[in-house]
Amino acid sequence: MGILDKFKPNAGRSSAEIRVPWRSSGIKKTRTGQKKSELAYIEDKHACPLCHRHIDDKILKENMYVCPGCNHHFQLTLKERISSVADPGTFKEFDASIRSVDPIEFPGYREKLEKAQQKSGQNEAVSIGTCLIEGRPAALGVMSFAFMGGSMGVAVGEKVTRLLLKGAEQKLPVVLFAASGGARMQEGIYSLMQMAKTSHAIALLQEQRLPFFVVLTHPTTGGVTASFAMLGNVILAEPGALIGFAGPRVIESTIKQKLPEGFQRSEFQQEKGFVDTIVDRKQLKSTLSFLIDAHIPRREVR
Amino acid sequence: MPEFNFQKKLKELKKMASEEHMHVYEDLSKIEHKLYGGESGTTAWDKVTLARHPERPTALDYIDRVFDNFIEMHGDRQGGDDAALIGGIGFFEGIPVTVLAQQKGRNLKDNLKRNYGMAQPGGYRKALRLAHEAETFGRPIITFIDTPGAYPGITAEEKGIGEAIARNLKEFSRLRVPIIVIVIGEGGSGGALGIGVGDRVFMLENSVYSVISPEGCASILLRDSSKAKLAAELMRMTSRDLLELGVIHGIISEGEGGAHKDAENTARHMQEVLAQQLPILINKKASQLLKERSYRLLSLGPYYEDQQERGSLISRVFGKR
Repeated sequence: MGILDKFKPNAGRSSAEIRVPWRSSGIKKTRTGQKKSELAYIEDKHACPLCHRHIDDKILKENMYVCPGCNHHFQLTLKERISSVADPGTFKEFDASIRSVDPIEFPGYREKLEKAQQKSGQNEAVSIGTCLIEGRPAALGVMSFAFMGGSMGVAVGEKVTRLLLKGAEQKLPVVLFAASGGARMQEGIYSLMQMAKTSHAIALLQEQRLPFFVVLTHPTTGGVTASFAMLGNVILAEPGALIGFAGPRVIESTIKQKLPEGFQRSEFQQEKGFVDTIVDRKQLKSTLSFLIDAHIPRREVR
Repeated sequence: MPEFNFQKKLKELKKMASEEHMHVYEDLSKIEHKLYGGESGTTAWDKVTLARHPERPTALDYIDRVFDNFIEMHGDRQGGDDAALIGGIGFFEGIPVTVLAQQKGRNLKDNLKRNYGMAQPGGYRKALRLAHEAETFGRPIITFIDTPGAYPGITAEEKGIGEAIARNLKEFSRLRVPIIVIVIGEGGSGGALGIGVGDRVFMLENSVYSVISPEGCASILLRDSSKAKLAAELMRMTSRDLLELGVIHGIISEGEGGAHKDAENTARHMQEVLAQQLPILINKKASQLLKERSYRLLSLGPYYEDQQERGSLISRVFGKR
């Protein structure tokens, strides 16, 4: 068993065999024409939205919420995501009280925020902490799309920054699961500035020769893509995730034509050179622990 | 009742109405603008209109007036040259500086070439290349922001517009030379910020800077694309707003009636600000410059925390450095 044996993102399958869970878009329309986010399947994990196969709850859970038929990766809740990468009971959250303050007093924002907080039991769209990944200490951040579309306001930007600085301070590798619709527009210019803040924090981390690993999950778009999500020393992605700067609808309305199938999906981004490798959820944990080992600086280069 | 209190009362009412009664809020805003106008008799939407005015001076109009012997440097060295984001070297009061700018077209034909100031990934990569050149030779960097946003198209996505902007944010935050940013027209979202990280950020009086266009905000958040005027006000995107929010360092006044009526005076005011700021920044050691830039970037935006630890966090970072 060499160390590389652990690193088998698509072990035993040639790329031709891997069934790519294309989704025509992140938004499904219900019969009434209402827009229904795929997120609804977090509550209802009985039928696969892609191959429509009925999946038993228990089987789906054992399969880490990946469809056994078509390899569609369901979106995970925060808890599920943490337990999928951190060793059991090792995740210690910090700075959990940080939350948004409605800095430009945008109408309706406070209520929306409160609703999201009540529904999720979280203060914000990202949770940060330290944990062990196959016994290796790491700083871990997980964004949750369920909280206002994972949008980045000041609180999210601050927490991502704290995560990176914690890594710099305690000499830990930093792992971040991205999932976001982009900047939180209700916070105006401050939300834009979080892109600069988080990107700067990555520079501070990497200057200390500590690695930043990003895992792009469905969907990662907008200001998050144009900042920390694209600045990993290694950028991983789950299969079939929508990854891009401008959203598909914005692009379609600009160029006035339909986008090709698979546009902006993980596989597209890997082909274009913006994702190091696509990793199935079941191999993510071992891949991350491999990467942590591989990024311990071996010698002084300066 | 003194007028001062009446205006204050109006603001309070507006705030109350903004929670639930948008139509009341709209009416109150109108009343407020009727009575008092903006700070110079203009609404936020007036500013947006001025910022997008077809005759508004473009980056090159200012570059020609503010710098001596400017030479444009083309190309990202990866197979392209984006005309929407230009760069080059000029002299400012005897000091060589690198200038980076989003360039809108001056007419329809020019606009087709310039893509209406919407840069592709190559534009941001060219900017980074020139910024690194500037760093190597210790030249200060001046950037001019004027874009509706980065280009939202297929080619831009294929070539990694997100990555290109992200890399600039990270790299510009650590360049060891002074960077002065001036928003001269539209500061549109991530596309603007892609050359917007610096030590000093100024805005022309009638320029705007926001996370999304007022039209976009109206259709997404207010669910009514016709409410762009209201969105412009709610988003707080004028130079005065950004100054109040602590995101920029100052406002550069334009000539009477806006820059398009008086480019000469606007350029002169710009020159005065640069003449004041550049020597201050040049005289700082690189380490000090980076420390201050870092502090500013890490402090952007208010949030709530049970125990305020922000200060200690930043001091922990800088204690080590």
